[in-house]
Amino acid sequence: MYNYYLTIVLAPLIAAIVTGLFGKQVGRAGAHGLTILGVGLSCALSFVVLYQMVWGGASPENISVYTWAVTDGLRMEVGFLVDRLSALMMCVVTFVSLMVHIYTIGYMHDDPGYQRFFSYISLFTFSMLMLVMSNNFLQLFFGWEAVGLVSYLLIGFWYKKETAIFANLKAFLVNRVGDFGFILGIAGVVMLTNSLDYATVFGQADYIAGETLEVIPGTAWNAMTVICILLFIGAMGKSAQAPLHVWLPDSMEGPTPISALIHAATMVTAGIFMVARMSPLYELTTTALSVVIVIGAITAFFMGLLGIVQNDIKRVVAYSTLSQLGYMTVALGASAYSAAIFHLMTHAFFKALLFLAAGSVIIAMHHEQDIRKMGGLKKYMPITYWTALIGSLALIGFPGSAGFFSKDLLIEAVADSHWKGQGAVYWIAYLSVLLGVFVTALYSFRMFFLVFHGEERMDAETKSHLHETPLVVTGPLILLAIPSAVIGWITVEAILFGGFFGDAIVTSAARPDVLQELGSHWHGSLALLLHAPMTPVFWLAAAGVGAAWYLWLKRPDIPEAMHKKFSGLYNLLDRKYYFDDLWIKGFAGGGRSLGNLLWQKGDQTVIDGWLVNGTANTVGRLAGIVRQIQTGYLYTYAFAMIIGLTALLSWLVWFR
Amino acid sequence: MELSNLLSILIWTPIVGGFVILALGDGGDAESSRAGLMRQASLAVSVVTFLISILLYTGFDTTTASMQFVERVPWIETLNVYYYLGVDGISAPLILLTTFITPLVVIAGWNTIKIRPAQYFAAFLILEGLMVGVFSALDGILFYVFWEAMLVPMFLIIGVWGGARRIYATVKFFLYTFLGSVLMLVAFIYLYRVTGTYDLFAFMEAPISMTAQKLIFIGFLLAFAVKVPMWPVHTWLPDAHVEAPTGGSVILAAIMLKMGGYGFVRLSLPIVPDASEYFAGLMIALSLIAVVYIGFVALMQKDMKKLIAYSSIAHMGFVTLGFFLNWHIGGDSGAVLGISGGMVQMVSHGLISGAMFLCVGVLYDRMHSRMIADYGGVANTMPMFAAFMVLFAMANAGLPGTSGFVGEFMVIIASFKANFWFAFLAATTLVLGAAYTLWMIKRVVYGDIANDKVAALKDLNSREFVVLSILAISVLLVGLWPAPLVDMMNVTIENLVSQISQPKVG
Repeated sequence: MYNYYLTIVLAPLIAAIVTGLFGKQVGRAGAHGLTILGVGLSCALSFVVLYQMVWGGASPENISVYTWAVTDGLRMEVGFLVDRLSALMMCVVTFVSLMVHIYTIGYMHDDPGYQRFFSYISLFTFSMLMLVMSNNFLQLFFGWEAVGLVSYLLIGFWYKKETAIFANLKAFLVNRVGDFGFILGIAGVVMLTNSLDYATVFGQADYIAGETLEVIPGTAWNAMTVICILLFIGAMGKSAQAPLHVWLPDSMEGPTPISALIHAATMVTAGIFMVARMSPLYELTTTALSVVIVIGAITAFFMGLLGIVQNDIKRVVAYSTLSQLGYMTVALGASAYSAAIFHLMTHAFFKALLFLAAGSVIIAMHHEQDIRKMGGLKKYMPITYWTALIGSLALIGFPGSAGFFSKDLLIEAVADSHWKGQGAVYWIAYLSVLLGVFVTALYSFRMFFLVFHGEERMDAETKSHLHETPLVVTGPLILLAIPSAVIGWITVEAILFGGFFGDAIVTSAARPDVLQELGSHWHGSLALLLHAPMTPVFWLAAAGVGAAWYLWLKRPDIPEAMHKKFSGLYNLLDRKYYFDDLWIKGFAGGGRSLGNLLWQKGDQTVIDGWLVNGTANTVGRLAGIVRQIQTGYLYTYAFAMIIGLTALLSWLVWFR
Repeated sequence: MELSNLLSILIWTPIVGGFVILALGDGGDAESSRAGLMRQASLAVSVVTFLISILLYTGFDTTTASMQFVERVPWIETLNVYYYLGVDGISAPLILLTTFITPLVVIAGWNTIKIRPAQYFAAFLILEGLMVGVFSALDGILFYVFWEAMLVPMFLIIGVWGGARRIYATVKFFLYTFLGSVLMLVAFIYLYRVTGTYDLFAFMEAPISMTAQKLIFIGFLLAFAVKVPMWPVHTWLPDAHVEAPTGGSVILAAIMLKMGGYGFVRLSLPIVPDASEYFAGLMIALSLIAVVYIGFVALMQKDMKKLIAYSSIAHMGFVTLGFFLNWHIGGDSGAVLGISGGMVQMVSHGLISGAMFLCVGVLYDRMHSRMIADYGGVANTMPMFAAFMVLFAMANAGLPGTSGFVGEFMVIIASFKANFWFAFLAATTLVLGAAYTLWMIKRVVYGDIANDKVAALKDLNSREFVVLSILAISVLLVGLWPAPLVDMMNVTIENLVSQISQPKVG
């Protein structure tokens, strides 16, 4: 299998390098041909690997590829850990990537940076695969930062746009704040185990949990808690959890295919994947899990609310992504790692679908993204309409859809988790994910109705050109709509209740395993489906859709009126709880002021002004005084000599 | 193939070549065929030196900590001074860096030096030989001679081919560094009085009282801290860089700053280990100030060269941080990691800062401005250049996969072993380094075409392309596979750590 793994990783890399360096020579067709070939090969082999893992009886493999460096007894290696967790991620990543590659042929059709774009997304696929297939923290960090790099390059793909290059800098820096915590977490792991290898570190998990760190002198902190929180800060950056979420909505400045691939389906889920991968560590620290679950809950609910006031089609979907990532994080915090990964998978399909559908709408609307200027697109774009409907239903968890299984069970897992009866943490988490269902349905169908139904609000010029997008665009939509509809039904039992991940995901033996408990009540997909109308989740979603229909289709005057009446609340949401101001004016502005202060006062005034040039000036002034003695007249020197001689002789005579 | 006097060849080939070129001259006309011949001769000398230095790599034994390629002949017998050369895992990578960067600098200055090209190239060749001399000298006086002689060509390079305020910059540069190094000479003379020789190994073995150790340490510190440069004796560097011609900046950043770091590991740590332990806290504090304080200062620079100069100071902070962690690490591992990290950071910074200064040079040659505000949207007219500049910027921001990551990663991990807050402050570079570097990239490379001058820019010519490609490949190579570099140093550093952990108070 080793050669399979190498090919899976290297095929997209080679395609990216060739297209990137020889874009002119390979041409447009060559660019998409090569990269699709590379990613397609990766995708096919990933499915083979998954098949082997699940049905072929292949056991997890932990292989070293090469030694990066060894020093001080610390082996730093590049290698693969392929088990069912990574195999599943590999399939999700390469499949969505392949769809996006094909879609891009249509979406970027007229763009002068065609080859560059394909090179970047192929490079992204490589980086993401390195991340999920890694068997050690070093390579994890490499993949982690490399996907960040490609995200930076792609958000700023249209580098002439001021907003785009602002957004990509912001994304990179906010992610770096997360990585700051992440690298400290890794350093903590190395300090205690002197190893970067997952297997070795997990093997010493109990030892780490028994150690303490003096973060503040004189206080003992549990080492595992500190390390897991530091690692989670990294996940907060990459998976856009509050308050490090601010970069994700702005990342929508990038072309839509990458919003689907990077900022919805794959890269932003890296944090979720990482925590699941580190489950042997997280399970040993309830404190860190409580941080995880609360941050996730806040993100799930409050970021969802923001989706309601957005008017840019992509930003609505972006806030929905934030909220769904919050859901996954809550599941992690509830020790329901499989539920998080399961939602990650279904979300990858339906969210990529929604983004690509939004992109299809944007193409048809000639790059208009404001949903207030759309409406009634249903009759012009039937394929986009139906696929977007499937995506939206999956997102709100409509019974039977992929999202239904993953979200419903995620919420049940949270409800029955070990946090039950633990007070505030439990209620924050549970109510957030529960009420979030209503919010999700509200903003999703607000957008859906405003775009596809109701009055046609676009100008006549745009309207006259409206038509369905070409097959390269609609094809991927259909191919993504299929798993969005059915993947939950097919896989839920295996992934959640079959001990699918084996040893890849560990839950603490000290607590009942919540998924095992859910599994004991499990009577098959059909039973869950029939049970759906008896759950609050179903009615909350239905209420959300109903409210969206009433407010934005039936009585659009009500939102207008509410908007005026509750302008304070509206502003709070519109300004995104003022988090952007905190980051941009507070931290970035503060940093610049501090920089100026240190430079002008510290360097220029104190060090250079007083010390360096001050010394030089003092020497100069002293020299000026001493120079007075050097008159150049012979008699002055003769006089000085006589004085000196007299003094010397006197000293010799009287004092010796 | 084993050459018994390889180091001498590496030192004297460029120096002799440089003097020959200097003597022949270009006849005062940069366009003349004679000037062209001198250019080619300079390139030939530097390339041949580099090719010979490959023997140093191939013949290097990574399994021993003792000196290799040793040459030892009496020089001034009455003072017991020897012409004593040799390399180990600490000096060999830096010599290779020197011989690698010099030809690139020669190529980079090919057409851009319009006045006295022969002298310009000769100065770089002579400087190269002297720098190799510093890295291979094992006799105090020999070391000192090379060390001070190095100032002369650099002084001339900035003073003759520099910018408008070059006289201020050269005098500042000279006084700053000279004041520091004179005290090093005093320390050497004291050590001579104790040991009766200038042999560095005798210095290392001799027991020295704590008071004397402290004074010697301070003498060394002033010499090396200025060179690194450490906060607060860093203010000569931005001025020197801004005024230096591109080649001067490259050599200054890529190699001359390394002299300071090299001095600490070659002299301070092994000769006065107890004083090093005594001052380690101070050194770590100064290093962390360099990382954080200078990081903020770099953010606000309006001049690209100043920005990169400040970024150099911050990155060199990692070097000194790594070197002095030894005494703050409780466990049995980490010290080697810290020193290796510092060493890798030196090599990597040599490549990256050199590349960054070359990038600014490429822009300066076209627009005659270093100010960030004069640029914007360079990617529109110079896409190839933009790709290189973004790559080097990412390396400067320590992206994994580039050499910039390797040293920082190792030092951060080692410093966590010493103290959480050391690592915390060091790791701020992840944010600060990215902020100042990429904000500059945003304003210079990205955006719409800012003005007519940018609109008229021509992309890289083949000469520039070759130089930047070579650097790009090396930055990626070290980033993706640092093992050869790390293996070269391992045994030497392990030996150093066990050596400095023994008290030698006499």
